[in-house]
Amino acid sequence: MKPTPALNRSLWVFHLNTGSCNGCEIEIVAAITPRYDPERFGIKLVGSPRHADVLMVTGPVPKKMKERVLRVYAQTPDPKVVICCGTCGESGGVYYDSYNLDGPIDDVIPVDVYISGCPPRPEAILHGVVKAIEKLERLERGAA
Amino acid sequence: MSDTKKDSTYTVPIGPIHPALKEPVMFTFQINGEVVESVDFSPGQTHRGIEWMGMRRNPAQIVHLTDRICGICGVTHSICFARAVEQIMDIQVPERGDYIRTIVAELERIQSHLLWAGVAAHELGFDSLFHLAWRVREESMDVIELITGNRVNYGIVQVGGVRRDIVEEQFPRIQQCLTYYRDLADKLLHLFLHDRTIMMRCRDTGVLSYEDALHLCVVGPTARASGVRKDVRVDYPYCAYGDLSIDPVLPDQLLDEIRGDVYDRIVVRVLEVVQSVDIIQQCLDNMPPGEITWEQKIAKLLLAFKKAKGEAVGRHEAPRGEALHYVKMTGRESPYAWKVKASSYSNLISWPVMLKGEQIADIPIIVASIDPCLSCTDRVAIVRDGERSILSKEELHRLSVEKTRRLQHG
Repeated sequence: MKPTPALNRSLWVFHLNTGSCNGCEIEIVAAITPRYDPERFGIKLVGSPRHADVLMVTGPVPKKMKERVLRVYAQTPDPKVVICCGTCGESGGVYYDSYNLDGPIDDVIPVDVYISGCPPRPEAILHGVVKAIEKLERLERGAA
Repeated sequence: MSDTKKDSTYTVPIGPIHPALKEPVMFTFQINGEVVESVDFSPGQTHRGIEWMGMRRNPAQIVHLTDRICGICGVTHSICFARAVEQIMDIQVPERGDYIRTIVAELERIQSHLLWAGVAAHELGFDSLFHLAWRVREESMDVIELITGNRVNYGIVQVGGVRRDIVEEQFPRIQQCLTYYRDLADKLLHLFLHDRTIMMRCRDTGVLSYEDALHLCVVGPTARASGVRKDVRVDYPYCAYGDLSIDPVLPDQLLDEIRGDVYDRIVVRVLEVVQSVDIIQQCLDNMPPGEITWEQKIAKLLLAFKKAKGEAVGRHEAPRGEALHYVKMTGRESPYAWKVKASSYSNLISWPVMLKGEQIADIPIIVASIDPCLSCTDRVAIVRDGERSILSKEELHRLSVEKTRRLQHG
């Protein structure tokens, strides 16, 4: 990972599970544990969307969760980047023909970075967060 | 305080999105001071309609869908489903296939229990232990990746056997993993069981008595921690478990008495990691040679599905307890009926009993102590509830208008 100006501050991630199979969840948590250790870059999971720079969204958004996803998105302060983690959030994946989905995620909220895989490896997730840093940087430059 | 007790009860909603919860579920706590008086919970946020989708696919496709019922106990559901279909079709899985299934299932148990141990430590605020548990878990993830090709959602089970063999070159690596965990067992037991903080927080917290455990039909480590001697691997042997020597793990293997509290659940799970290492060792030592699957060619398998008629139940002892799949085939390619009963479904019901009378601060560890897996559980049972909530808005209005019109014209 090349040092970018964006690393002059810590990136906080809020993980939003919209009804995923837990596969992405455990890989996201695996990605923050010692083997991968992104905390050395200041990247960490936070407990509230109000503290977050990045929304990491997993799962195919079942109907019951749609409103919550919109609320969490609204609660996240701007500028923000939304990462869609996992194939089912991207396209529905194996759940493509389900009757109970309002997804994929980009039908509900705008997505900036997609991480493919079912589930993506922790390395891929970290790569996605790095992409998000670059995007956030551009957003901040644009906003300034 | 006591005379205003009745008025001082207040409601605390937690969820579906809450930092204490790893998955979406909605809790409503009635709280009096610091004490929980009653609990209600409403799952269903992760309902994806998997069974419905399954009835439109053929069993060779469904085994990969079953992986995605739950990312943590993926092979559990695949084994359950495959075993149900195999019983309908009278397929004898080759012995080597059964042994490989057993090895993967036990590796899954190791990673799942270590994952849980980490989460439990995190809920107690003991984050260094959380990081330690997840670091040692990576060893089992590496071996799972070596055997199946993926860290999560292995896709190794196919109806009739498994899709990948364990070759000779892989044995030393698996052996190395087993040695690693064997050396680590004492350290894990010491860290989790002799730590004063864990002892203080978990002893006599979230008690589920033997009677309640029987009454509520809880399964897996939750039941065994309350002293219920119940383990599908022993009671109803399948795969290679019939050939192996295993005993249900009860907390009195290590402690003098069984109290059925959170601490006992930690004891059971840590001991089960040790047991799983032993089971994999037995499998490696007695691995029979031969085929790994009943039929390699998917086209022939699909043809066989079209002839399958009958119904069967596939069971497996998941890391969280007994999982059960019911399948009915009626001579079409896709099943006529498919019902999934995940292990957490039986265990969730014990929350209200465990949480009653406990303090707010103990909620996270008690909720986590049964190792809930909601993506497993949110099956068809919840659909009606989901529809009702839709009905309550536009739909209800439309129905109401229609009824008015009907009455006017009638």
